[in-house]
Amino acid sequence: MNGNLATRPVLLEMRNIAKSFPGVRALDGVSLDLYPGEIHALVGENGAGKSTLIKILAGVYAEYEGDIRIAADALRFSNVRESEEAGIAVVFQELSLVPDLTVGENIFLGSEPARFGMVDWNALYSKASRLLRELGLDLDPRTRTGKLGTGTQQLVEIAKALSHNARILVLDEPTAALTDAEAEGLFAILNKLCQQGIGIIYVSHRLQEVFSLSRRITVLRDGRTVGTGLTSEMDEQQVITKMVGRQVSQVFPATQRTPGEIALEARHITAEDPAVRGKLVVNDVSFTVRRGEVVGIAGLMGSGRTELLMSLFGSFPGKVTGEAFIDGQRAAIRRPADAIAHGIGFVTEDRKRSGLVLDQTILANITLASLARVSGRYVTNESREIAATRPLFDDLRIKATSLFTVAGTLSGGNQQKVVLAKWLVTQARVLFLDEPTRGIDVGAKQEIYGMIDQLAQSGLAVVMVSSELPEVLGLCDRILVLYQGRITGEFTRDTASPDAVMACATGHQAHA
Amino acid sequence: MSGNMNAALATSSLPVEPAEAGKKRWRFPAGAARAYTMVGALVLLWIIFTIVTDGIFLEARNFSNLIRQAAVTGIISVGMVMVIITGQIDLSVGSLVGLTGMAAALAQFYWHWGLVPSLLAAIVIGLMVGALQGSLTSYARIPSFIVTLGGLLVWRGVTKGISRGGTYPVEVKSFRDLGQAYLGRATGIALLAIAVAAVIVSVIHRNSMRKRHGLESWSLAGISFRIIVPSALAIGFVLALNSYAGVPVPVLILVVVALAGAFITENTLFGRYLYAIGGNPEAARFSGINLRAQVLATFCILGVLTAIAGVIYTARVGSAGPDAGTLLELDAIAACVIGGASLAGGKGTVLGACLGALFMVSLDNGMSLKNVPDFVQDIIKGGILVTAVGLDVMGKRRE
Repeated sequence: MNGNLATRPVLLEMRNIAKSFPGVRALDGVSLDLYPGEIHALVGENGAGKSTLIKILAGVYAEYEGDIRIAADALRFSNVRESEEAGIAVVFQELSLVPDLTVGENIFLGSEPARFGMVDWNALYSKASRLLRELGLDLDPRTRTGKLGTGTQQLVEIAKALSHNARILVLDEPTAALTDAEAEGLFAILNKLCQQGIGIIYVSHRLQEVFSLSRRITVLRDGRTVGTGLTSEMDEQQVITKMVGRQVSQVFPATQRTPGEIALEARHITAEDPAVRGKLVVNDVSFTVRRGEVVGIAGLMGSGRTELLMSLFGSFPGKVTGEAFIDGQRAAIRRPADAIAHGIGFVTEDRKRSGLVLDQTILANITLASLARVSGRYVTNESREIAATRPLFDDLRIKATSLFTVAGTLSGGNQQKVVLAKWLVTQARVLFLDEPTRGIDVGAKQEIYGMIDQLAQSGLAVVMVSSELPEVLGLCDRILVLYQGRITGEFTRDTASPDAVMACATGHQAHA
Repeated sequence: MSGNMNAALATSSLPVEPAEAGKKRWRFPAGAARAYTMVGALVLLWIIFTIVTDGIFLEARNFSNLIRQAAVTGIISVGMVMVIITGQIDLSVGSLVGLTGMAAALAQFYWHWGLVPSLLAAIVIGLMVGALQGSLTSYARIPSFIVTLGGLLVWRGVTKGISRGGTYPVEVKSFRDLGQAYLGRATGIALLAIAVAAVIVSVIHRNSMRKRHGLESWSLAGISFRIIVPSALAIGFVLALNSYAGVPVPVLILVVVALAGAFITENTLFGRYLYAIGGNPEAARFSGINLRAQVLATFCILGVLTAIAGVIYTARVGSAGPDAGTLLELDAIAACVIGGASLAGGKGTVLGACLGALFMVSLDNGMSLKNVPDFVQDIIKGGILVTAVGLDVMGKRRE
């Protein structure tokens, strides 16, 4: 397939891999191969199927269609251990190290060298020490892992992977949590591993990295392979086009909105990762939203979109600097209660985790953020609550027997409507929507789109974060693109195109 | 007990309302189903004890004693269930009963304080302990299990210290009356009449509320059921108590505390936030609720109620000893859990906790009557607690 490596035997072949979840075809015929000593980059939008593919390779999902061959042997992994034994090591985005164990203990967790059933600590630490040295890490394996920075922990994770004599290393967004210097160190080590004949599958959103590091690139889109080629024969623009290459469908309300006064102005918002000192997850972001306007915030996972909204809402756990102005007045927002008092509503990304109290009724959920206003000051008044929520319950067409239905029994789309209603009852004038259609079926999605449009028409200022590019392009009046915490692009609905937005989101270029 | 049950049933409108409001046929009110299951379990327990004790268990004298004993555990359980609803726990209440009861006893013994100042002193101590343990939990973020496990030892130690290991009799009559006196029979009947009237008014009010908001109104059978069952229970209780000496004063206090507790948990913003915090702290935080202040306040309420229970306990026994209240925390927690509270937070009712308390005290009382050895009593109580939670967990899994 590739001239200079054709003489070497292929290390890994995945053919026509397909995988379905209830209601979703996550993978639909993906093929990927890997040669010894190459870095093969795997790119695609959020939800393209990269993670699913990796998990199949790691033995996390036992049920799938298609063939996997390693060194010409057909294999089928039904659990993680079988995958490890076949020489595959996967480093997932979320680190799996135990912070309270030492580096050495973590590396050999589950496969401790033992004599007579007792851990052979000398062997463990000397082996760990050797592994770390091979990676060019000057680190005492007796160090407590939690004391290390994220970058070093990432390398320990790789050492752990290699302790199983892995020939195939899979890295999922390894630089997402790293500083630039840490990333450089990682790249040097990856190149060294390649020289030892290890094949690496490298998943990343960051195209610059991908182009400087990889030998080949495979692009996934909607669960399919849309192209594989030598990096040297491609450019970033081609890759971007392949990643997004689909039409923006016409499910969006085609109404024209006329933005009014500025409702929210954010100036120089900067937020520091609470876990990693000095790492800025939001870096000097300024923007405005007008009444009746829908501003989209695009960007890939980890680009700081949610953190930006949380910073403005007073719910970000780390240190936040910058100023917010509501209707021209400076607003000091230190906690969610302040934001609510200033008329901001926040439909969070994960409605089960931070949106709904699942055991409670629809009514109790809708009024939770505005009880003092819609009920009584101290004593609840059910009739007033019902009077305040009934119109929304009907307008949003929440499908439930009554307001007293328990929220946890509703479908995803209806749950999302309940969360939306919660913020509308607060009479929010600025509404934050974080992934408002995640995990919702197509019909309900369209309904939500229509509602967002109507809300904007009625004078609400909407800030919407979404991973679905068509959604952002189809619904928003303006689009801001975040990349590593900074705004790298700003578009109007007319100037935005999928390619241009994706180019900014992957750090390929900036657009003012 | 009686009035509490009526009102709690009548006001338990929010947590679970039947979703099948549209169906024509009358259904057992789902919200009350759990409460009636527990009443059923309690009645079953009483029948068993009545049979094995040849009727002594349900004799007027024993029944009156039983209900009076239940007051202390019940009052603590009302506060405990609020703490458990927020997802926290308090293991120190047994020791705090000892400390507050001892403090009140010492005040009247050495300084000849009357009932009111002694009671107030105990309440202030309870409030301070609740505030301290609440702050350590919500502001210093030390898990409440640890804070109150430490408290269990500390407050017992303080109790032993200030009493120098001695037992102090209650010499003030009004103080003893708090634990030992009875309401007149006529007063009992009058309160009963008020309670029954309140049940009727509240059921009718809720029914008209449903109509106004376009919900299916209850059928005649539904209305009758909702009125007759709690009223009959209340009437039975008061008549049974009157057939001995009347309603004991501690029981009246429990009824007042339980009514207030049911009102707070089900009809106030504070109560709504308790369930939200326990059910999903993140959602509560994003909804602008001040989680820390709320949890602190909940511990303070429990502290105050424990102090009241401590003084009643001392008054009932007639003296305060260094070991008073030992293991009461287990009865209170068991009462909440048997009454449907989840230690994971977000679930539980004051009514359930009171019925749970009655259940636990009935076990104690019945087994003591039957002269069941102490160690066997402990084994049975422990087994029942684990079984009750086990059944609940299995029920949930089936859902």
